[in-house]
Amino acid sequence: MKLLVVEDENKTGDYLRQGLTEAGFVVDLAADGLDGCHLALNEDYDLIVLDVMLPGMDGWRILETLRGRKLLAPVLFLTARDSVADRVKGLELGADDYLVKPFAFSELLARVRTLLRRSAVQPVQDRIQVADLVLDTTRRRASRAGRRIVLTGKEFALLELLSRRHGELLPRSLIASHVWDINFDSDTNVIDVAIRRLRAKIDDGFEPKLIRTVRGMGYVLEDPDHTEPLL
Amino acid sequence: MIGKLSLTARLTALFSLVSAVVLLGLALLIGQAVDRHFEEEDFTTLADKANLIRRIAAERSERPLASRMSDALPNETGFIVRLTSTDGAVIHATKGFDFDQGWLAEPSRMSGLAKHSGHEPAWLHPTIAKRGDIQYRAVRAHVLSSDGRRLNLILGTDTEIHDHFTREFRRTLAGYVGLAVLLSGFAGWWAARKGLSPLHGMATRAAAVTAQRLDERMEVQAMPIEMQELARNLNAMLSRLQQDFTRLSEFSSDLAHELRTPITNLMTQTQVALSQPRSPAKYQEVLESNTEELQRLARMVSDMLYLARVEQDVTLAHPEPLQLRDEVQALFDFYEALAEERDVRLAVVGTANMVGDRLMVRRALGNLLSNALRYTPPSGRIAVKLFADTGKVTVIIENDGQDIPPALLPSLFERFFRGDKSRGRSDLEGVGLGLAITRAIARAHGGDITVRSNGGKTSFHLSLASD
Repeated sequence: MKLLVVEDENKTGDYLRQGLTEAGFVVDLAADGLDGCHLALNEDYDLIVLDVMLPGMDGWRILETLRGRKLLAPVLFLTARDSVADRVKGLELGADDYLVKPFAFSELLARVRTLLRRSAVQPVQDRIQVADLVLDTTRRRASRAGRRIVLTGKEFALLELLSRRHGELLPRSLIASHVWDINFDSDTNVIDVAIRRLRAKIDDGFEPKLIRTVRGMGYVLEDPDHTEPLL
Repeated sequence: MIGKLSLTARLTALFSLVSAVVLLGLALLIGQAVDRHFEEEDFTTLADKANLIRRIAAERSERPLASRMSDALPNETGFIVRLTSTDGAVIHATKGFDFDQGWLAEPSRMSGLAKHSGHEPAWLHPTIAKRGDIQYRAVRAHVLSSDGRRLNLILGTDTEIHDHFTREFRRTLAGYVGLAVLLSGFAGWWAARKGLSPLHGMATRAAAVTAQRLDERMEVQAMPIEMQELARNLNAMLSRLQQDFTRLSEFSSDLAHELRTPITNLMTQTQVALSQPRSPAKYQEVLESNTEELQRLARMVSDMLYLARVEQDVTLAHPEPLQLRDEVQALFDFYEALAEERDVRLAVVGTANMVGDRLMVRRALGNLLSNALRYTPPSGRIAVKLFADTGKVTVIIENDGQDIPPALLPSLFERFFRGDKSRGRSDLEGVGLGLAITRAIARAHGGDITVRSNGGKTSFHLSLASD
């Protein structure tokens, strides 16, 4: 997967490139609007991370140019200004998502993956397996090592999210948004409690432990025997 | 054009104009009265003379009429007389006056007085006639002589003396009017300045108001009644500004203070970690701890921005019909696990529908629920009650728990307020913006929030406009 990052703040740009590269993407970095627009028009990217305020040509103009040329790669906007008008403008111009600085890198990564997954045509899996954990998403049943695990609706939704995106670090805010449709910064310990309860059901009494806490960032469900770098 | 003139200039001009109109009207009236008076006086004199001539003409005497006339009518300045017989022979005429043919034949204008004053019918053509530069008021009349002949009489009096007086009088009057207009203009200017001086006082006061001296106020009692309301409104505006300004400066100092602690932690921790070589696990721990601290900072910044945005933008971004019971239920789903862990029961009663921004309303309710959860003791209860009223909905979120000291209640919704300052920060506490955000959201929805706490129950009353 090839990504373009257009960000004029050097340090931010470098860290974004490093983080995304280590997460397995091929990343080009442009430090101003004109370079960014040129690259976006001439190379083939799966996704573009675009800062709004850029020297030379701002993010909105770049997006307009791209959409004008029928280039439909998903665009994730980064902005320091969080106003409704900005948000609406970005979405009207055809941006796919919007992150306000300061943001957590784990959040950015999760959003990037969500956008890539959305644009990729993929069959809906009705059976997910991670190690010996098996989820039947049509009948909404889970079992581990052949033993049926009884889950509440929300617990199943949480487990489904974690296992569909197994190996991926999921920030608490993303979990709250996907499972409970809570789209504001809420008490993070609510997620911690929910994860603790889920763990009691799927990890307690089983080996290996599948749900891992990444301190300060979020949770990941993975088979520890086949682990890859998180970011 | 008049809009740009100063009030003083306008008032001065008005004063002058009014007094000019009044005085000119008065002068016209006086002038007319004087003219009338002189005209009457002239005709009285002429009538006396005519009567004298009639008497002389009717006298039976040896002496011829002409000589009697000459005796009786010596040449008086300013007075002319001619007596002729019907055949045109002159019996008596003022010397040196040229009664040529046609003088008085065509009266130049009728005298206003003679027209309707009911003088003797013998008067013919009382008129004003000119001879050279001199103007005469003159009459023609018939006189009967002693022998029964009809004689024609022309009598005239020079109006020069009266005219002279009138001219002088008019000149004086005009001078007086001009002076009076000037004087009243000046008086108007002075009165306007005097009357407007409270405005200058206000301006001086207003000029003294600065960010550091927002406590300056207008003296309402010292103002004229007309300006008291203005002064009161200005004072009210100043009070509001002062409050906002105080809050703003408190906010920035609070903000600096709030940022100081996490930044100090971060700096210390990082520098201590770097001060000597450590194991990778140790470095990892430091970075993890930093991440947590940074997340708190990021959350604080975004909460503050959110708060500022909600407080500024009065218009809602995405108003839509909301069923509050559903929203509460969704939040219950979210907080359920946490509540169960703490052995707290959640309950909702009632229904209420409104139009609002779903995200904002959820956030407001979520903040209140999370706040309630924080302070409800194990096996306690949180009840959400929904009421629909005309034009508004009320949400009461009531939880068991220790009473909040009454002194703290008013400041509960202030930014960065925390119940127990000595307890310091904990992740449970959040950044102290939740209730401030809730209140801002309530106000953006045309409502407000209040809190009550007694008898082991604390309840937040959130009211929102329903459309």
